[in-house]
Amino acid sequence: MELQVTNSPFNQEQAELLNRLLPTLSELQRLWLSGYLTALHGGAATVPVGTGIQQAGGAAVSAQPVPVKAITKEVTVLFGSQTGNSNGLAKKLAKLLQERGFSVQLTSMGDFKPNTLKKIENLFIVVSTHGDGEPPDSAIPFYEFLHSKRAPQLEGTRYSVLALGDTSYEFFCQTGKDFDKRLAELGAKAIVPRVDCDVDFEEPASAWMSQVVTALTDSAAQEVGPPQTGAAIGSAPSLAVSDAEPAYSRSRPFQAEVLENLNLNGRGSERETRHLEISLEGSNLRYEPGDSLGVYPQNHPQLVDELIEAAGWKADEIVTLGKTGETAPLREALLRQYEITVLTKPLVTQIAELSGNTGLKELIEPEQAEKLKAYLQDRDLLDLIRDFGLKGISAAELTGLLRKIPPRLYSIASSQKAVPDEVHITVRAVRYEANGRNRYGVCSVQLAERLAPGDSLPVFIQHNPNFKLPENPETPIIMIGPGTGVAPFRAFLSEREETGATGKTWLFYGDQRFSTDFLYQVEWQRWLKEGVLTRMDVAFSRDSEQKVYVQHRMLEKSRELYAWLQDGAAVYICGDEKKMAHDVHAALTAILEREGGLSPEEASEYLTRMQQQKRYQRDVY
Amino acid sequence: MSENNLMSPNSAPHSDVEDIKIRSNYLRGKLAEVLEDRITASIPEDENRLMKFHGSYMQDDRDLRNERKKQKLEPAYQFMLRVRAPGGVVTPDQWLMMDRISQAYGNGTIRLTTRQSFQLHGVLKWNMKKTIQEVHQSMLTTLAACGDVNRNVMCNPNPHQSEIHAEVYQWACRLSEHLEPQTRAYHEIWLDGEKVAESPDGVEQEPIYGKVYLPRKFKIGLAVPPSNDVDVFSQDLGFIAIVEDGKLAGFNVAVGGGMGMTHGDVKTYPQIAQVIGFCTPEQVIEVAEKTVTIQRDYGDRSVRKHARFKYTIDDRGIDWFIAELTRRTGWELEPAKAYYFENHGDRYGWVKGSGGKWHFTLFIENGRIKDDPDYPLMTGLREIAKLHTGDFRLTANQNLIIANVTSAKKKKLEELIGKFGLTDGARYTSLRRNSMACVALPTCGLAMAESERYLPTLLDKVEKLLEENGLREEEIVIRMTGCPNGCARPALAELSFIGKAPGKYNMYLGGGFAGERLNKLYKENIGETEILDSLQELFARYAKERHEGEHFGDFTIRAGYVKEVRAGQDFHA
Repeated sequence: MELQVTNSPFNQEQAELLNRLLPTLSELQRLWLSGYLTALHGGAATVPVGTGIQQAGGAAVSAQPVPVKAITKEVTVLFGSQTGNSNGLAKKLAKLLQERGFSVQLTSMGDFKPNTLKKIENLFIVVSTHGDGEPPDSAIPFYEFLHSKRAPQLEGTRYSVLALGDTSYEFFCQTGKDFDKRLAELGAKAIVPRVDCDVDFEEPASAWMSQVVTALTDSAAQEVGPPQTGAAIGSAPSLAVSDAEPAYSRSRPFQAEVLENLNLNGRGSERETRHLEISLEGSNLRYEPGDSLGVYPQNHPQLVDELIEAAGWKADEIVTLGKTGETAPLREALLRQYEITVLTKPLVTQIAELSGNTGLKELIEPEQAEKLKAYLQDRDLLDLIRDFGLKGISAAELTGLLRKIPPRLYSIASSQKAVPDEVHITVRAVRYEANGRNRYGVCSVQLAERLAPGDSLPVFIQHNPNFKLPENPETPIIMIGPGTGVAPFRAFLSEREETGATGKTWLFYGDQRFSTDFLYQVEWQRWLKEGVLTRMDVAFSRDSEQKVYVQHRMLEKSRELYAWLQDGAAVYICGDEKKMAHDVHAALTAILEREGGLSPEEASEYLTRMQQQKRYQRDVY
Repeated sequence: MSENNLMSPNSAPHSDVEDIKIRSNYLRGKLAEVLEDRITASIPEDENRLMKFHGSYMQDDRDLRNERKKQKLEPAYQFMLRVRAPGGVVTPDQWLMMDRISQAYGNGTIRLTTRQSFQLHGVLKWNMKKTIQEVHQSMLTTLAACGDVNRNVMCNPNPHQSEIHAEVYQWACRLSEHLEPQTRAYHEIWLDGEKVAESPDGVEQEPIYGKVYLPRKFKIGLAVPPSNDVDVFSQDLGFIAIVEDGKLAGFNVAVGGGMGMTHGDVKTYPQIAQVIGFCTPEQVIEVAEKTVTIQRDYGDRSVRKHARFKYTIDDRGIDWFIAELTRRTGWELEPAKAYYFENHGDRYGWVKGSGGKWHFTLFIENGRIKDDPDYPLMTGLREIAKLHTGDFRLTANQNLIIANVTSAKKKKLEELIGKFGLTDGARYTSLRRNSMACVALPTCGLAMAESERYLPTLLDKVEKLLEENGLREEEIVIRMTGCPNGCARPALAELSFIGKAPGKYNMYLGGGFAGERLNKLYKENIGETEILDSLQELFARYAKERHEGEHFGDFTIRAGYVKEVRAGQDFHA
């Protein structure tokens, strides 16, 4: 019998959890649980007559005390997520553990109360790394707490870390490594070694989860005492996706039809920014403003052909794809399967070993680290093969070393309330010249040059709980999104228009030139006219002799901006991380100092508080 | 005076433009505020009406309209800025300033207009202030270059041709100054001038115009016979210099000319001014001011299409006007004196004028100063301006005179003219040298068809026909406009084309060679093939049947292609 809100004292969520849990329990487990619950209440469990629990049939067995040691199956999963990947993986782990009877507390590091840390016995961390080895925004306070003197000793804690990163960055998975190291320093015991994931994280992440589940269930079983027989516990856990998951996901993208693909930049612009309208009809995919669309790109056919030629391969040679044993012609595999536009240190090292090439071997000597780093910058596999004359490596061997082509994430520029069956994205075509060759953004240039309405594209939704409109529709919002950073704010305003939210809205936007680069200009104008957008300030850097950026406009309006903050406005920043987000942060600090009379420390605390209150959110890249 | 500024002959309610002017507080409106709006490069329609009085109005690049709409971009809004100088006389420094601002803020070209002004195209809203300030600093102005006021006063552009020319030019300058709007709005908005407290009495601020200004634009031109280059009969108020005993005796006064009409509305028509008498030079200012106030008080303020001075006169009769003018001046004009006009074109090449100075008239196709790969006109003129110690004169036919050149400098300038291949037009047919086209597409909002961009290629084909018929050296005045508002004064050409739709034109014949007679519709709504077919027949007959010295316009009437038009009222008849 299913527990329901109407026939039990549990709320919806509890009932669902119990319904999921109870059928999986062995007889022994039920007995144990029953005894445990009774013991928890000092043996004086009295169930009021007439509540639904007595009617719960076999699920609620007679309260016969079982004298076993009450060991904890409580687990805390903490995630630090910027784009939502860590969040998604943490959720998946929590679910796996819940299905196996663990009580899981799943929390974002941003919401986690550090003073509860000491009590945690099983701690699992899923965290990504950004830029030069930095934690995600929401993880920073916890990261800093843990590395401070105030961090408690954690001898009683068992833990493991799943780190996400990208090997093409120097400080690969640094945040995960830091957490791992620090937890060990504090006396915590790693029950599963840390796993560092590259951009194609699915496989290693799944393996790590299996290990975690096994380690936990083994130890739980040990502490329960009686040996396990036959039951699911202790056997290899299944990582099957449950029915509640959406049918399409990162690992199973939806082939979406492109409805519209146009350049938003007017004639004469140095930019090319594509506006794509993509059909989600029939996918059941749901998204909210602030979420991203994942897109699996294909490599440029010309680049693939040049690579095959340079390496002396044959386009129709059959290669094996990954561990699944699937095969494909080499050209197809290079087009769809493998990343060939980024060189990483591990890849170069492996190729050096594989080829035995002297020059390459020299390059990976430890004392050549700086030279290697410089070489990796803005070069790709074709450069490597040409520069070092790498002929004779078999395609099968080399492709075996390549990373899977990772999906690109684009902030969604539409509200599903306004366009229920569509998703819109805003993509700037990346083109530049480096090291004697023209370089292209793999995905952006594919979208710009090789994708017409009617074509299809493998996509999925990447939820981003760290970039969400305030729950209260009356809360004012300040949006700072120069360039393509403005995309999610188109979604925000569209959503607020559809829901009739009354909160004030203020958008800061900038790009190179007013005449050609004012993305979605007529839409902002309409929203301003209709009051959906309360005010808008723009900065066009190439229109005046002195370059003007969004932060300058913010400083010009510092008094009003401060008043908005004091009114409880939430601040959103989207776009370039390295320069813009940093400069905007500095501008906010300056405004708090100037208008609020705060010291630099107080201003910084003010912003940290805003972050904790989810009033300062960033979607930066 | 008890005249009602808003008097309307048909007592209909006044038009919304009148409201905008009244509300504007002497041309201020919300201009200062909307110029600050950075979200759009446009300004609202009300402010655009006021902007005209400041010498500018909003346009957009019509070539890009549809494309940008799709791109979610507003139209490519930009401003046309008109810089005026009475008689089109500017210094080399002023030329260099125009050159500089066209590169810095405009589209990199300069347009010489049919009223001896400069036009810049493509100025963005946020550059308007800087641009106008530079114009002001070099002692030129944009004020009243457009709008319902007296526009740039035209005058035969070469004051050094004779003492008479110099004297007439001085009167043009005085007229221009006397009729300039007095509002401080221009200084406040563009030049960061101090704000002046609002005067409760409009007369104090605008003694001539009052707070509603004129019902429509008003145009004055001064001609020195035998040249009618300023098309004196196209002016609301024309003055024809009368020379007696080598001295300027005074001017014949002509009133009520004007080019504009609306396709399909026969109540609108081009009109030629009527000569009503003669005044002495000293009386010119008073005649002009009283004429302007009569139009201010009696012009139609309900229907803008019917608001030009020509309709005020035609509706009430010329006698009424003469009586009203006499009432206001308190004296009568003398009877008109005899005069004779030879032509209304320009003389190209070197001419020696009074005082031993030299003048070189340069042919500028359609008045456009720009650099083409094979014709670096703009660069050439820039180099000349750096060296030149005389001045530049913009002609009424959109050409340019490098004027007042000393014999000593002449050689140097000739070298530059040679170096850059600047042409007096000798390499072109007479037809091309006597051609004019308005700007039209892509910037003009009124254009229905191409004009400046099309006439040169049409002429390439017409020239072939002329050569086939042995007419290469025949002077035929040809003009084209993209709409019937008449910027290139098409109704006074021997042969003209007025745009109706993309690629379609009305064809007119029979204008007088000296600009003294209107032309008449010959064929309606025709495309290039039919234009060329028609011209082939006309040219063949003209070559064969013309009388000695007979002009093309006269011939087309005599041969019966069109009827002679004696006055605007006959234009549609």
